[in-house]
Amino acid sequence: MEYFLQQLINAVTLGAIYGLIAIGYTMVYGIIGMINFAHGDIFMVGSFIALIGFIICVMLGIGWVPLAILLVLLLAMAFTAVYGWAVERLAYRPLRGSFRLAPLISAIGMSIVLQNFVQLSQGARPKPNKEVITGAIQLYEANGFAVNLSYIQIIIVIVTLVLMTGFTLLITRTALGRQQRACEQDMKMASLLGVDVNRTVSLTFVMGAALAAVAGMMFLLYYGLTDFFVGFLAGIKAFTAAVLGGIGSLPGAMLGGLLIGLIEVFWAGYFSSEYKDVAAFSVLVLVLIFRPTGLLGKPEIEKV
Amino acid sequence: MNQPLIQVDHLTMRFGGLVAVDDVSFAASHRQITAIIGPNGAGKTTVFNCITGFYRPTVGRLALHHDGREYLLERMAGHHIAGRARVARTFQNIRLFPGMSVLENLLVAQHNRLMLASGYTFLGIFGAASYRHAEARALDKARAWLDRIGLTPHADRQAGELPYGLQRRLEIARAMCTDPLLLCLDEPAAGLNPRESAELNQLLVSVRETERIGVLLIEHDMSVVMAISDHIIVLDYGRKIADGTPAQVRADPAVIRAYLGEVEEGEASHG
Repeated sequence: MEYFLQQLINAVTLGAIYGLIAIGYTMVYGIIGMINFAHGDIFMVGSFIALIGFIICVMLGIGWVPLAILLVLLLAMAFTAVYGWAVERLAYRPLRGSFRLAPLISAIGMSIVLQNFVQLSQGARPKPNKEVITGAIQLYEANGFAVNLSYIQIIIVIVTLVLMTGFTLLITRTALGRQQRACEQDMKMASLLGVDVNRTVSLTFVMGAALAAVAGMMFLLYYGLTDFFVGFLAGIKAFTAAVLGGIGSLPGAMLGGLLIGLIEVFWAGYFSSEYKDVAAFSVLVLVLIFRPTGLLGKPEIEKV
Repeated sequence: MNQPLIQVDHLTMRFGGLVAVDDVSFAASHRQITAIIGPNGAGKTTVFNCITGFYRPTVGRLALHHDGREYLLERMAGHHIAGRARVARTFQNIRLFPGMSVLENLLVAQHNRLMLASGYTFLGIFGAASYRHAEARALDKARAWLDRIGLTPHADRQAGELPYGLQRRLEIARAMCTDPLLLCLDEPAAGLNPRESAELNQLLVSVRETERIGVLLIEHDMSVVMAISDHIIVLDYGRKIADGTPAQVRADPAVIRAYLGEVEEGEASHG
């Protein structure tokens, strides 16, 4: 029971990070019907910018942890958003209206470019970050096994919940979200109503990248290190989460992230940690066989 | 009324070897319904697609005039044709946002003003007064149009669930919510039953009476065209063959030969 509870806490934390990245995949897919394979690397860039941010904070002597975290968070979101915007502008927009596979290939290319850029500029070795947030609440102890809820886990889950709520409100309640949903349904028509489609797509990439930056920073804080290749597996997992939840659906991405986190952690906890990825992807395969649109996805309606 | 709302000069549209529209010139004015008619394949929808920026015309000049300014539509980006030149259109096969509510469909059409007022959402998040006013005004306008087309009870339904006739009217209302000066309607009566078609006539006539706009209308239903048009342009094989009032056009021998003379063919193919 204690062990189970501890695994559950770990799983929710991991799921929150996957969920944040998955939103970026699902939004971009929703609006332009493309899988942005460079999104995992945007996440990785976010984690590096956060790392640099913490180093700057140390250099400037900002010792108060909440302030440092807030500053780094804003810094990472802002800079990563610029990356997201630039990737769309350079690699995807010129190919819009081209055949469907072109932006996909371009995305894979962009992913390689980002990885190599970071590898060259930051070095290939994993970069450790000094533990910023330490300590944990001991929930209870039984049979010599203590169930801990660390502060960093609390922060990750709370930040994720706040961001996801805010984001859902943004999409459902504001003029901006309305415009995004309109573009999602019929881009040409939205343009005829005066919606600047290019700007809307850019904004979607900017938002997705900002969320990925938050995930990147959380990853850095949680694991204490990052390297140029972390985006690959995390990106694939988050993509799996988005597909599992139903690609194009925001709540689906969040649910999918949570599920992938649960599967992975519980598999590692009870069976073997070598095969945790196999478990996560096998569940994806099963879900897709029986529910091709994902858990919360709507069946694709053929446009007349 | 000395300057027309839109002046189309020498419009030509070629697709490879096919000439869809061949040197067509016409003008349409404020507070008038200008119908473009012609047999299937005459190039009517292509003319619309050129006006609304779907196609770049091969040759031609499309000048829209308002407030003493001239907008050359053939050079403008799609969303500027709607936003700055203020041209709105509807489609033969309805293109609502089916997954959004009826009210939201009307709000999207007003988003330009909303986005400005909300400072691209940042001010809106902090509840700036200008944004709340703009949002309230947009809602008022959307509600007024819902009332006018009799859709108030359906405001929160998904647009895709509405019956066909209501979707048509919603599409027109949505186009009107963009504050257009020129409204292009592509076969608004297609698929409507006679009662719905009569209601549509009323709506179009009332729009012409109350709003200072010009209406361009593509329609096959001659009862609609003859009843409400002030001015008719007849196309055949991409060329303009007649231009005048309904009475003039009806008496034009070229029109009778090309269009009315082939009633069986023309009517059968879309009847």
